[in-house]
Amino acid sequence: MDSSGLGVRRAVGFVAPALVLIGVFLVFPALWTLYIGITDYQLTGPAAADPQVVGADNLVEAVRDPLFTNSVWLTALFVLFSAVIGQNVLGFGLAWSLRSVSPWLRRTAEGLVLLSWILPSTVVAFLWFAVLSRDTGTLGLLLGSPQTSWLVEYPMTSLIIFNVWRGTAFSMLLYTSALAAVPPSQVETARLVGASGWQTVRDVVFPHIRGHVLTNTLLISLWTANDFTPFLLTSGGPNHRSEVLPVLIYRQALEGGQLGYASAMSMLLLVGNLVVALVYLRLLRRRA
Amino acid sequence: MLEGMGRTKVFGLLAVCGLLAGCLGQPRSGDQARNADAGEFTLTIVANAAVGGKNARGADWIQNWVIPRFTEAQKAKGVTATVKFEQNGTGDEDFKTKVALDLKTGGGGDVVEIDGIWLGEFAQAGQIKPLDEVVGDTSWDGWGQIPEAVQGLGEFEGKTYGVPMGTDGRVLFFNKKLFAQAGLPADWQPRSWQDVLDAGAELKGQAGVTPIQLNAGSAMGEATTMQGVLPALVGTGRPVYENGKWQGDSAQVRDVLELYRKIYGGGLGDPVLQQEANGRQRSFALFSENKIGILLESDYFWRSVVEPVNGVAKMADRDSAVGWALVPAKEAKAGVGGQDFVSMSGGGVRVINPNTRYPRQAWEFMQFLNSAEAVRESLAGTAQLTQRQDVNDQVLGGDPMLSFIAEKVLPITRYRPGVADYPKVSAALQQATADVVGGMSPDEAAKAYRASLVKAVGEQNVG
Repeated sequence: MDSSGLGVRRAVGFVAPALVLIGVFLVFPALWTLYIGITDYQLTGPAAADPQVVGADNLVEAVRDPLFTNSVWLTALFVLFSAVIGQNVLGFGLAWSLRSVSPWLRRTAEGLVLLSWILPSTVVAFLWFAVLSRDTGTLGLLLGSPQTSWLVEYPMTSLIIFNVWRGTAFSMLLYTSALAAVPPSQVETARLVGASGWQTVRDVVFPHIRGHVLTNTLLISLWTANDFTPFLLTSGGPNHRSEVLPVLIYRQALEGGQLGYASAMSMLLLVGNLVVALVYLRLLRRRA
Repeated sequence: MLEGMGRTKVFGLLAVCGLLAGCLGQPRSGDQARNADAGEFTLTIVANAAVGGKNARGADWIQNWVIPRFTEAQKAKGVTATVKFEQNGTGDEDFKTKVALDLKTGGGGDVVEIDGIWLGEFAQAGQIKPLDEVVGDTSWDGWGQIPEAVQGLGEFEGKTYGVPMGTDGRVLFFNKKLFAQAGLPADWQPRSWQDVLDAGAELKGQAGVTPIQLNAGSAMGEATTMQGVLPALVGTGRPVYENGKWQGDSAQVRDVLELYRKIYGGGLGDPVLQQEANGRQRSFALFSENKIGILLESDYFWRSVVEPVNGVAKMADRDSAVGWALVPAKEAKAGVGGQDFVSMSGGGVRVINPNTRYPRQAWEFMQFLNSAEAVRESLAGTAQLTQRQDVNDQVLGGDPMLSFIAEKVLPITRYRPGVADYPKVSAALQQATADVVGGMSPDEAAKAYRASLVKAVGEQNVG
């Protein structure tokens, strides 16, 4: 039982600081959000001074709110195209194709990809603003159509491409180390029997890294679903066309002042995340 | 082990419950004379102004005139005063959020500059309190210099919460150079919406020129309501709030949305600009680059945007290139009160944080900020409709635009309803214009507007 020989009291003493931190910064805010979510609490006005408990009204209203359903749909698109497909495929592609090139080229490529990942969001958002702007934006100049305001006319597409660019580094790193675990002899054998590149990946490499793929997809899906950077680029606009859930929640809470309503929405986002996580975990367990 | 965990959880839950019970909507109160005799005090003034940035002139004034003079005056009385200036240079909505969060959490500056229209919601939230509750005795000779209508900006439900910082008026600004090229007169004065649209059509032929900028959409925030919907709406004869009810999808609201459709659906305005994150700033820059023909704005545009020295979109030839005209009603005599021309006004208010450690000193500082000398100095040689009649009498004569506002616009202007629901209604109106600019028909947009209005203020308050 007591393998460390500490005794119950000392063991509690050791974990107590961690538990306090978790309690203060994780458990309390979560419960707090749940509580605010059942009130009509607002940033200003009478409901700020004297909030009333309204029960599940906020949740019912959110589910009926076209802004919320629009936002859920956009978040799903954002996660599917930028994370599940975009970052995964590009990250794997980079990891796979950089295996066999000369070290300096690999290091340079990896360095550049990493750079897009480690730069602060505000800096990156500003750079993309400059690229996508309508007035002498770099992309407009390159394509010879300087009058296109990319972030206004193609907001979701812009965000998806942005997020692929931004987040691919993680998938690339994870797949690079995963590929190192694939026995070279098997890849070599596949090559000798004349398997094409795609056949090798599908039948030799993939079975080895299936767990990595699922873990990676789980992580980047959750990160993308909770990502707030879209706000820096489009603020959810134009006219709610790129309002993914974190942006909608922020705008409802701080711009609209509806703190209670926004908390209820964040709870729904949390539930959504949990469902996604459960599905992935089921898949992972089936593998085992 | 299990026992220990159980105990921790119980303590955790107890702590959480205690915090939950105490945090929402906490009441605040304090002794108005607290620290009144302190030999040393610190005050912070918060404004949406930054040296070298937004409202640079106001920021310069606080930094380089108010603070040194005030500390000097206090020193003469043997008191060591420190005044800090918390600068901001952000959008009005973001600034409001910040101030609300500051006040809500018991923090924030001692003297805060806010938009008069936020007064109602802050007051109802208990985030600001009537001035006499905060500082006690509010007698001051300056009150006599502030006209009743302007004092109203600092009042809510009959109580004074703050001291107004002046007022403004809205007109149509136009670019005389573009007008000359299109064969339009330099003393242009439209008498109906159709006249404005006709002038827009004349301007349309010039390459790279957007004829009309009438703010639309949510990205522009309150600027859409104040420089777009409301001036148009008073031009239909009915203000947005009347006899305790908000206008729903009335014929008048539809008329306004139809005007938006004619402008943005008819190639007279730039729909994309309305949706960009920095559309309003862009529109200023475009006007100063002679790329916008007609733009509805307050005199702020003249004083702080195209102003040749300190403006955010300077026009060296402002005095000769920028013309202005009264905003016409839909047709002659169709405006509120049967007026031919209409306008909307607003203004900032300085309030004292109820949580200030030095209420009496904050009030003294407030009087200093609003003294005739300080107000005159804040103008830095330019003109503006200040809160003080004595200062206005001296300075307005030198500026034709500002005299125009004082003489022609203020007598016909309207103010926004100072009730706490207003920002929600404003947001719904912005969304309606966004819908029309995005291609929805005015009728549908008006219906959607009514639905969100009912959701925001309740069916019984929609007329």
